[in-house]
Amino acid sequence: MEFETVIGLEVHAQLLTETKIFCNCSTKFGGAPNSHACPVCLGMPGVLPVLNKKVVEFAMKMALATNCLINKSCSYARKNYFYPDLPKGYQISQYAYPLAEHGHVFLDVDGVQKKIGITRIHMEEDAGKLIHDEHNPFSYVDLNRTGVPLIEIVSEPDMRSPEEAADYLKRLHEILVYLEICDGNMEEGSFRCDANVSIRPRGQKEFGTRAELKNMNSFRNVQRALEYEVKRQQYLVENGGKVVQETRLWDDAQSVTNSMRSKEEAHDYRYFPDPDLVPVIVDDTWVEKIAKELPELPLAKRERFVKDYQIPAYDAGVLTVDKALAGYFEDVVKLCSSPKAASNWVMGDVLKFLNEEKRDIRNCPISATALAEMICLIEDGTISGKMAKDIVEEMYKTGKDPKAIIAEKGMVQITDEGALSIAIQKIMDANPNQLKDYRGGKDKLFGFFVGQVMKATQGKANPQLVNDLLKKMLAG
Amino acid sequence: MELNQLTIHELQGKIKSGKTSAVQIAESVFKRIDAVEKQVHAYIRLMKEEALAAAKKADDDIKKGNIKQLTGIPIALKDIVCTKGITTTCGSHILHNFVPPYNATVVEKLSAAGAVFVGKANMDEFAMGSSTETSYFGVTRNPWDLERIPGGSSGGSAAAVAADECIASIGSDTGGSIRQPAALCGIVGLKPTYGRVSRFGLVAFASSLDQIGPFTKDVEDCAIMMNVLAGYDSRESTSVQAEVPDYRQFVGRDIKGWKIGIPKEYFIEGIDPEVSSAIKKAISVIEKSGGQCIDISLPHTQYCLAVYYIIAPAEASSNLARYDGVKYGFRTAEARDLLDMYKKTRTQGFGAEVKRRIMIGTYALSAGYYDAYYKKASQVRALIKRDFEEALKKCDIILTPTTPTPAFKIGEKTDNPLQMYLSDIFTISTNLAGIPGISVPCGFTASGLPIGMQFLAGHFEEGKLIQIASAYEKNAKIEKRRPQL
Repeated sequence: MEFETVIGLEVHAQLLTETKIFCNCSTKFGGAPNSHACPVCLGMPGVLPVLNKKVVEFAMKMALATNCLINKSCSYARKNYFYPDLPKGYQISQYAYPLAEHGHVFLDVDGVQKKIGITRIHMEEDAGKLIHDEHNPFSYVDLNRTGVPLIEIVSEPDMRSPEEAADYLKRLHEILVYLEICDGNMEEGSFRCDANVSIRPRGQKEFGTRAELKNMNSFRNVQRALEYEVKRQQYLVENGGKVVQETRLWDDAQSVTNSMRSKEEAHDYRYFPDPDLVPVIVDDTWVEKIAKELPELPLAKRERFVKDYQIPAYDAGVLTVDKALAGYFEDVVKLCSSPKAASNWVMGDVLKFLNEEKRDIRNCPISATALAEMICLIEDGTISGKMAKDIVEEMYKTGKDPKAIIAEKGMVQITDEGALSIAIQKIMDANPNQLKDYRGGKDKLFGFFVGQVMKATQGKANPQLVNDLLKKMLAG
Repeated sequence: MELNQLTIHELQGKIKSGKTSAVQIAESVFKRIDAVEKQVHAYIRLMKEEALAAAKKADDDIKKGNIKQLTGIPIALKDIVCTKGITTTCGSHILHNFVPPYNATVVEKLSAAGAVFVGKANMDEFAMGSSTETSYFGVTRNPWDLERIPGGSSGGSAAAVAADECIASIGSDTGGSIRQPAALCGIVGLKPTYGRVSRFGLVAFASSLDQIGPFTKDVEDCAIMMNVLAGYDSRESTSVQAEVPDYRQFVGRDIKGWKIGIPKEYFIEGIDPEVSSAIKKAISVIEKSGGQCIDISLPHTQYCLAVYYIIAPAEASSNLARYDGVKYGFRTAEARDLLDMYKKTRTQGFGAEVKRRIMIGTYALSAGYYDAYYKKASQVRALIKRDFEEALKKCDIILTPTTPTPAFKIGEKTDNPLQMYLSDIFTISTNLAGIPGISVPCGFTASGLPIGMQFLAGHFEEGKLIQIASAYEKNAKIEKRRPQL
């Protein structure tokens, strides 16, 4: 039987506000345990939440960037459950009245634009963290993360393969980072994903029974976990078994998913409107103000790069993954007027150096100005492409500009026709046999002569000029 | 008369004229406490040292001519408002050792106005009760009859004022917890409009109903206290940014031409005949004072108790989830694992009434029951609120008895929660509607138990309540009595 996979994702993104969602504590990651925790974070008796307006604005940005409708009024609800990392015994979230609904993003699936629906985006507070003592029979609670603002982005079950799911996740990640509302760090948990996955016989309209997957902390793991889970479900069904509704945890070390709790064991969260908070009223003026603050989004930038710079869609895709990288590329283009060359140097050498050191483009030792200058030097013939390869590496290592490196190393290209002619003549004289063979029809020997000239000039000869002169002189 | 028997405004006169000092007033209060507290048990904790220090500071201020609204006035705080550095128990074992690192906004405001805090007053556990019998720290007795309850949940605050163990006090009212004990103890108690007085630092019972208010010996004192307590607080999202008038200006004004609505649903069978006749007498006083009494209807009154006992426990079940033994307060000594610790901590830490309400509330919010209970109750609550809005278009004030009976005997209703709940039948609707209400003394039974009358007004019309209560107080000429202790 042929099966179709159905996937929906729930993404949690920590928002980069300075302070928490319901108090004035810092949201900074990595402080000493409980150093960013006040009576509100601790859920002490009598304290009350006061909403941070910035959280609503950041969430609105994501809603607008993913084509959601922002509700005129939304409100907070309590999600009740007991856990030591949840000091109040409930999480303040949104339930019946979320901030935004009915959005979508587009994926490129085999060259076709596929629309993935976004059911809703809502705001909520993060929980704290438990730290288990390996040597003692107790655990510690760190409440620094308690109350850090989150948005949850819930997709429609519109994805049909683990690959599509991973791609959707990358698109969301890209947008959040572009908007500068989330740092997107999956390892530190500021960008997290749970997946609902089911299979059904191809052609069947009804969805199959779904499993919810948790504990996947990288794009790769999301895809791997989904791939495993799809295979597991297929195997079950093909062997007369049944998929049961449950929550499963991805075990990275074993590369399997394991059942965490069944539907029967699922919590009853007893959601109800939080009486300590009033509804948030979002009027058109506010939405318009936030819409004006939106930056150009990845998809629009990609299309513009292809159109304005005439670079391949592939290049545009690579360059726009990171807003800062795209900015760097544009800075280079502005100064050197050769977009394809700029794209090649940025995507090739610059990214290679950065990736080797896991460095960010923001900390790139080669400034956009310096790279542009180098490209200009190639174009005006001062240096060859081959010399440029060495120069750019030196620029990365030292942070010096290309002219300084060229001067230091005497790397200026030899473009003097007279001097080159003399050198070529010397080589011809020193290699009479090869010259004879060449003139006898052995065209391949042309490369030998080029090599000899380059060797004699320590690679500084202008390759085009060497070619032209050699052709003329070897012909006799 | 002893200093501790006087009102705030009488003491202010003496302070201003230099006839007495804050220390003398405080000493007189503590002398009274020494004499009667063993019988009454109004307090969970006394703050004698802090109070005398505050009184000394008040005297320094007085010498400098810096006399504020409550300078040197001894005030009791219900043990539900958080006091920085001082245990705040909410009448519960589970918070028996909880020391807040912050003050409730009202504590800060009272403190800034120069008040001297006498102690933390006894209360029903987490304000759940109508008799102060559910307190982990033992029952408070009614100063008028020590065999009887003082009302609740703010029974300690009411008894302390009635027994002259303080000059005024702070209570909280979720379904009548200020007005009912005020009535049963023969003093004035006001529940302000929801959003008028900050809830920051008030240990939550039912967040959409809770409101802090004052207990005083007369209406003018009530106005003085409201001048200090009322106002917007940025630390509370449901606090309302509405202008706060000088409530004292309403004291002594007449009510000529006012229409007073008498809701027929509040004059039902089951009201104690002595209460009934006291209210009738009071109505005639109101009419003689220039008020015109008209019949009104609040058609959804019969549903109030049912709605309240879904909404309040539902919110409470969530509000009280934080008492889990993890962070502060009581934790069981014997736990095998996390779940066991939760269960034992809460089993041992909460009393029976609190557990009953947590269970009711949890049930009402559960999947499959939410629509039938919580949601339905919220819808009916909206109708109850509309009843009041409609009625208050026809009249300025609504007049009702505060309670159906005078104070009942200790232990009389503890085995029958429904009977206990019925003692709040006239006060609960006010909280559901969010409007303000005041209870004023309107006489005594033949056996000498106080009776209270309740006035209700529209949102933020506390001024009107003070005006009519003050007019009534002046014209009714209820004989001044003090409990014999």
